[in-house]
Amino acid sequence: MSAEFVYEARGVDRSYGSVRALEGANFDVRPGEVAALIGDNGAGKSTMVRILSGAEQPDGGQLVFEGEPITLTNPTEARHRGVETVFQDLALANHLDPIQNMYLGREIMKPGLLGRLGFMERSLMRAAGKRAFDDLGATVRNYNGPVGGMSGGQRQAIAVARAAAWAQKVIFLDEPTAALGVVQTKGVLDLVKRIRDKGVGVVLISHSMPHVLEVADRVHVMRQGRRVAVVDAKQSSVEELVGAMTGALDGKEAA
Amino acid sequence: MSVQTPPMETPAPEQKVPVSEAPARPGLGERLRAGVRAQALQIVLVWLAIVVVFSALAPGSFFDPVNFRNIAISVSILAVLGVGTTFIIVTGGIDLSMGSVLVFSGVVSSMVMERVGGGQGWLSAVVGIVVALAAGTAWGLLNGFLVAKAKVPAMIVTLGTFGAALGLAQVLTGGIDRRIVPDVLVNSVGFGSVLGVPLLVVVAAVVVIIGIVLLNRTRFGMHTSAVGSNAEACRRVGIDVDGQIIKVYALAGLLAGLAGILNLTFFRSTTIGGNSLTNLDVIAGVVIGGTSLFGGIGTVFGTVIGLLIPATLRNGFVILGVEPYWQQVVVGAFLVSAVYADQIRRSAATRGGRRPELLARLFRHSRKDS
Repeated sequence: MSAEFVYEARGVDRSYGSVRALEGANFDVRPGEVAALIGDNGAGKSTMVRILSGAEQPDGGQLVFEGEPITLTNPTEARHRGVETVFQDLALANHLDPIQNMYLGREIMKPGLLGRLGFMERSLMRAAGKRAFDDLGATVRNYNGPVGGMSGGQRQAIAVARAAAWAQKVIFLDEPTAALGVVQTKGVLDLVKRIRDKGVGVVLISHSMPHVLEVADRVHVMRQGRRVAVVDAKQSSVEELVGAMTGALDGKEAA
Repeated sequence: MSVQTPPMETPAPEQKVPVSEAPARPGLGERLRAGVRAQALQIVLVWLAIVVVFSALAPGSFFDPVNFRNIAISVSILAVLGVGTTFIIVTGGIDLSMGSVLVFSGVVSSMVMERVGGGQGWLSAVVGIVVALAAGTAWGLLNGFLVAKAKVPAMIVTLGTFGAALGLAQVLTGGIDRRIVPDVLVNSVGFGSVLGVPLLVVVAAVVVIIGIVLLNRTRFGMHTSAVGSNAEACRRVGIDVDGQIIKVYALAGLLAGLAGILNLTFFRSTTIGGNSLTNLDVIAGVVIGGTSLFGGIGTVFGTVIGLLIPATLRNGFVILGVEPYWQQVVVGAFLVSAVYADQIRRSAATRGGRRPELLARLFRHSRKDS
């Protein structure tokens, strides 16, 4: 069963001082599925994502990537494996344009001496970057303006599309629809579906049950540092998810 | 799948209140960028206006190639410093030390040249240039290291090195200006010219052009902007933020060392007492030129114009017989206006696009999830 997962956390522990954020928590995501990760505040969702994206190290337990146990010491190692994360702050450089943001830290350099002098393949990056945004249907209206001047929905779409363009295996989206309007939210959820269709495992952290039920295939519910349920989104409801989150409804898959 | 939980009793995590947002305004980003371009253009126009006014008032003496040559020379050394300072301010930092580093580099260079070939000849000159560049770079590395690694605010670091470099220069010389410069250097770099253009101006122009290309066309320049724009974002994508900051300060130090040797060859003196306000002149020029003190954005070309305006005013006032002190008053007004324009631009950008990000940040802080 587990062989089909692209990325797994097995029995992960993490404490901050006396606070036990994760206690033997499990998580898994398949290629080409949207796995939602829900839970009340303090349930351990963010800690789980930070560990899986390499931003933090677990105290115990195991990360398994494509069937092999791995350890990550920083986010760069996760990215080298095709694991990208979009945190809520988006991490865009506001003064740069969307293409520059997409290639930030991954610039394509000109060959030979010019490249060694620091000159970049600007037109190549521009063309490939536009294609990547278009493929994902991220409607970037202005490729030449700094992203700091764009709307929240645009910035979110750019951050998600940037991560999606590099994510070969798994993409983590932390509250991608928080603080977005109705139209922009739909745009981001459509983007999530297109990323899934590329065969990438999408992990969606959200507080919005309707959004989760709309796009997710499976819903992982966390409570008090553990995964307390994995629910098939097609056969679930807001009530069931909330019940699992709050503990009013027990007895599903005990992690 | 039976549902036993009354949904109403368990408060579902509230969906974030959607920020009512106008449909994305495509014009804003363009407007932001256009604003920057506009400021570069505006200050060119302001400078041209100043030139026109002075030319009208003193057609014979102001509007004269020799006079423009004088203005260009007076800006050259500041422009070399201005290129480095532009890079530093684009990273969101500041450099108060460049005037002292200039003096220190000149002093050390002069002392070494005195010992190599008795202060004459090309060997002495080349060694002196290398020493000046190395001394400047060393101070820049120190600044950069303290800012990036020790996390001391740039203003304090460079205020410290501002005093330290000047103090060391005075210790080395006993406070008396050194005047040993090889004649070959004075006759070429200091007062020589190529096709009628003073070599000092040529050197400055080359530095400026390299600076423009470096900032706008290379990865180094883009990372400089990116670090000033959002250092955390750079760290996330694996950019060595500390290394970039150290490199930028080292570059500024190198240019301060170059300015030191130019200064030495032009004035034939280490001008120990004459550079205590150089840093403010340069920073004013950078800011008038449209570089944001908050980092992320700036232009080397703007800096050059920003330096030309005070120099032209000073020159024009002298020719017109106006008390040159008025120049300080006018430049002060320019400086404040330039920063005001920058603020307007920034708040326009914030109204346009930053609100959701700000909200997201607020949520992130209040959520304190795990």
